[in-house]
Amino acid sequence: MNNKPAGWEEMPAINRDLLAPLAPGGRGYVLLLTLLAAVVSAGAGAWVYQIETGIGQTNLHPPIFWSAYIASFVYWIGVSHSGTFISGVLRLTKAEWRRPITRVAELMTIISVVIATLFVFYHLGRSWRWYYLIPYPNQREIWPDFRSPLMWDATAVFTYATASTIYLYLPLIPDFALVRDRIGGWRKPLYSLLSLGWRGSQREWAALNTAIRIITPLIVMVMISVHSIVGWDFGMSLVPGWHTSIIAPYFVVGAVHSGLGMVVIGLYLVRRIYRLDTYIRLEHFDKLGKLMLVMTLTLAYLYFADQLTVWYGAIPDHLSVMHAVMSGPYAVPQWTMITLIYVLPLITLTLPAFRAWPAGMLMVGLCINVGMYIERMLILTPPLAHPRLTYNWSDYFPSWVELTIMAGSLSLAVLLYALAIKFVPIISIWEEKEGRLHEQESAPRRTGRTISA
Amino acid sequence: MEDKQGPPGEPRPHRWQMVIDLDRCTGCEACVVACHAENNIRLSGPREAAEGRAINWIRIERYWEGEYPDVKARFMPVLCQHCADAPCEPVCPVYASYHTPEGLNAQVYNRCIGVRYCGNNCPYTARQFNWFDPQWDPPLEQQLNPDVTVRQNGIMEKCTFCVQRIRQGKEQAEREGRPVRDGDITPACVQSCPTTALVFGDGNDPNSRVAIMAKSGRGFHLLESLGTHPAITYLKRLDE
Repeated sequence: MNNKPAGWEEMPAINRDLLAPLAPGGRGYVLLLTLLAAVVSAGAGAWVYQIETGIGQTNLHPPIFWSAYIASFVYWIGVSHSGTFISGVLRLTKAEWRRPITRVAELMTIISVVIATLFVFYHLGRSWRWYYLIPYPNQREIWPDFRSPLMWDATAVFTYATASTIYLYLPLIPDFALVRDRIGGWRKPLYSLLSLGWRGSQREWAALNTAIRIITPLIVMVMISVHSIVGWDFGMSLVPGWHTSIIAPYFVVGAVHSGLGMVVIGLYLVRRIYRLDTYIRLEHFDKLGKLMLVMTLTLAYLYFADQLTVWYGAIPDHLSVMHAVMSGPYAVPQWTMITLIYVLPLITLTLPAFRAWPAGMLMVGLCINVGMYIERMLILTPPLAHPRLTYNWSDYFPSWVELTIMAGSLSLAVLLYALAIKFVPIISIWEEKEGRLHEQESAPRRTGRTISA
Repeated sequence: MEDKQGPPGEPRPHRWQMVIDLDRCTGCEACVVACHAENNIRLSGPREAAEGRAINWIRIERYWEGEYPDVKARFMPVLCQHCADAPCEPVCPVYASYHTPEGLNAQVYNRCIGVRYCGNNCPYTARQFNWFDPQWDPPLEQQLNPDVTVRQNGIMEKCTFCVQRIRQGKEQAEREGRPVRDGDITPACVQSCPTTALVFGDGNDPNSRVAIMAKSGRGFHLLESLGTHPAITYLKRLDE
């Protein structure tokens, strides 16, 4: 018996492969960053222009006081659920195949929470007075009103952002230490600081595993509560089409749906660009495809339950919204959305051969995300456009300022992700190694059993 | 329904109410103009009006009834209903929208940060938003009412029942050492209505015109089933 663990000869190769993305990027990378930065500056310019002149630069008007920005906020919060759902739930269920996926997904969580928060600021009429939302002691003794779902929301999103940063950071500590030992130059002190003096002792590993075990169930609960509360921003109102008790679970499932789609997009690109085919394998696309199928069906079920209730109940206020969406001015986006998030995933993901085709999975991921963006817009706008006093009925399409800000924010998300890849090992190196060890350890046992049987 | 305004258990000196007699309204919009002049409401211009952004604290909703040539135009002035259970109030995260002890839905301009949830949750679409900084064509900027704040870009506003006039009326009565009499206080819209379709007063005074008229058999509240308990009673004779 030799005292080196089984599979140890694989480790240098894993280190080499997974640390490779941290090397400085080539011409293509710099070009991508420049392009993204250009769009981000356009978005920033549009925001400055909007602050300078007024929220009137959007196409909002009574009775449509919320639309593209809030829809984008909901969408990005939804995307942020990818990381937590995938890594949290899969960690909880001890699914071995999660290992190369978790980091890709958790990074998305942090970045999209940041983007979502930005949309709150774009939306505020007086964004320079945002701090009124913070409960800070002041001589006028005015406190924020915690009866408002928006305060629940602010609290939930802040909790989520903090918790998921910790959740991303904990499993990064051993990886940061690994990078620290292998990197020189100005980045070394940074990684030293971030790895908190990690030496890899038995005690440190035990502490890390305990911490991860504690935070994982907590973050899953926070994730469910966050998107429920985002749903209640709408559900708590009197607006026909928003005021429904199904909205919280519907939002949670919808968030996971778009989040999974986004993770597939991320996995595809990372795998393709850094040639990580041996780590992100077809098996992973297959398993994610199955998860997406489950989410498609769950979301379709909730949507059907809600729409059937509205249609059968036939309360005129609610029905007018439904008619506007199904056959009225919003019919084209509505049926595009239904095709993109329900029909296409159902047709394709049920085929095992399709799930093993990464480019196809990428396309489904894109479809789901475009569809979910449309879906968020459709949740927001038609109910507001059809208030009970029909004199005030109206319609809406985003203005160029809104579209520029939305495009700028999307670019900012991609830009931050592209930068993060150069800073953080995009696949959790120690977890990948741990997985290989588990495989090695369980493989002989299985053979042993077969022989004895 | 009657006694829901203000915090429970505390005596309420006044409960401001309005009656709008739809059988008398001709849709002339004098109330709209008077409201603009009294409350420093910004001029929006034709472009913003076309975009649906013209700010009016009171508007005349026009509905057509019947088929041509037998068509009737119906007019309904709609303003903030000053609900006793106002949907706009609890959704404001910063207490900019709050309930005064006299039953008014007040909007604190300095506190408002423009999240606009109140606007969404008002089933009467009574709330208006300042999409841009205010402007008046000369010489209208010379006639701004000094008793009313000029509102900045990015905040909500709406009908106040001319709270500045209510305050003046109460101060005048206090100076003269007497209670506020019915008719002392008239909001601009009420004052300017040529057919006296609008009546304003204190619902706590059982002998006030508004209290007597609100008991009329023709009375109803707008979207009554929502349980917002508006302070405005509409009067309408049923045709059939």
